[in-house]
Amino acid sequence: MEIADDSKNSKRVVFVTVGTTLFDALVRAVDTQEVRQELYAKGYTHLLIQIGRGSYIPARSTSDNGSVAVEYFTFSSSIAESLRSASLVISHAGSGSIFETLRLRKPLIVVVNEDLMDNHQEELAEELAERKHLFCAHPRTLHQTIASMNLDSLLPYPAGDAKPVSKLINKFLGFPED
Amino acid sequence: MMRENQWLTSMAESNGIAVIVVTVLTLILVRLLYVLNRCGKSLRPTTVKPLSTLIVLGSGGHTAEMINLLLELQKDRFMPRYYVAAATDNMSLQKARTFESSSSSEKGTPAQYMQIYRSREVGQSYLTSVGTTLIAIAHALWLMIKIRPEVILCNGPGTCIPLCAIAFMFKVLGIRWSSIFYVESIARVKRLSLSGLLLYKLGIADQLYVQWPQLQRKYPRSIYVGCLM
Repeated sequence: MEIADDSKNSKRVVFVTVGTTLFDALVRAVDTQEVRQELYAKGYTHLLIQIGRGSYIPARSTSDNGSVAVEYFTFSSSIAESLRSASLVISHAGSGSIFETLRLRKPLIVVVNEDLMDNHQEELAEELAERKHLFCAHPRTLHQTIASMNLDSLLPYPAGDAKPVSKLINKFLGFPED
Repeated sequence: MMRENQWLTSMAESNGIAVIVVTVLTLILVRLLYVLNRCGKSLRPTTVKPLSTLIVLGSGGHTAEMINLLLELQKDRFMPRYYVAAATDNMSLQKARTFESSSSSEKGTPAQYMQIYRSREVGQSYLTSVGTTLIAIAHALWLMIKIRPEVILCNGPGTCIPLCAIAFMFKVLGIRWSSIFYVESIARVKRLSLSGLLLYKLGIADQLYVQWPQLQRKYPRSIYVGCLM
């Protein structure tokens, strides 16, 4: 996978995003000592958390020796910028966030929200994990996923293509082929 | 005698009504069968004039997928374009406006934007969604009478169900023939969404596309088109 090797840089950011609603279980999970320690052990220095409408507020902290610096915000119009600056993305399972991250060729851990009523989101994350485009985790197993993940095993996600659908629609309606 | 006559007349009247009702029902049934049979078959070999197109948008990932499809479709064939999104969803129409203004070089390519009541919010129980669905249907009917599209593009949100059902009714009643295309969201890997399943089972969608091969195997009348994202 074409992932920029920025391990020489001092700053390695983990960006956590819950999307347009809330996902307290994810914010709570990344705020645990276990997850922060695993991230630090993997060489990450900063943890930036987008918490959305959630009510759980993580503790802000500056980077001391032996731990990651934690910063958070609720919403931002420049999520894309945060994604671009990240060395690792931990995201909710919404398809928007997933594909935006994959297009930027960033290593991604998708955390499935077990509290959703119609939990079909897991399907997509698991399928893409099976195809080695990302890692799939649950809030309780996140620290294990971080500890055991091997970023070199990830494969780049090929860009999608709407041409086949467009062709079929045109053909069905009787428009001539170009 | 008088009584008997009256009785006979009313019998004849009710017989007459019964005959009319049965005839009308039969006609509707025959037409319904014709429409169901005609759905899914492509239109005449060469269409030259542009077709008015209704595009149903949904929140988040759905809209992104739809925009990806619209980028591929020739704008001069699919016009005028009517964008519909849920009343609670402000972002989707904004994204459609951005798409329209960024990609249309020629001026005056007509596009209109409308909002519709949603039949079910994410997380709303299936029970209370019965009432909200009825309101959504009435509103959808009003919009569809105004638009009467020839092409309907939708990809997932529940908003499309009343619109597609009305479009199908228009086909049966001969008000407007439309082609309904449904692209199942990329997020659906193993099972169709409720919207997709309804349109598939009822035969309302002319073509139903899926983005994963295992989904096509499960629903043989669907068409596998690969990932749009």
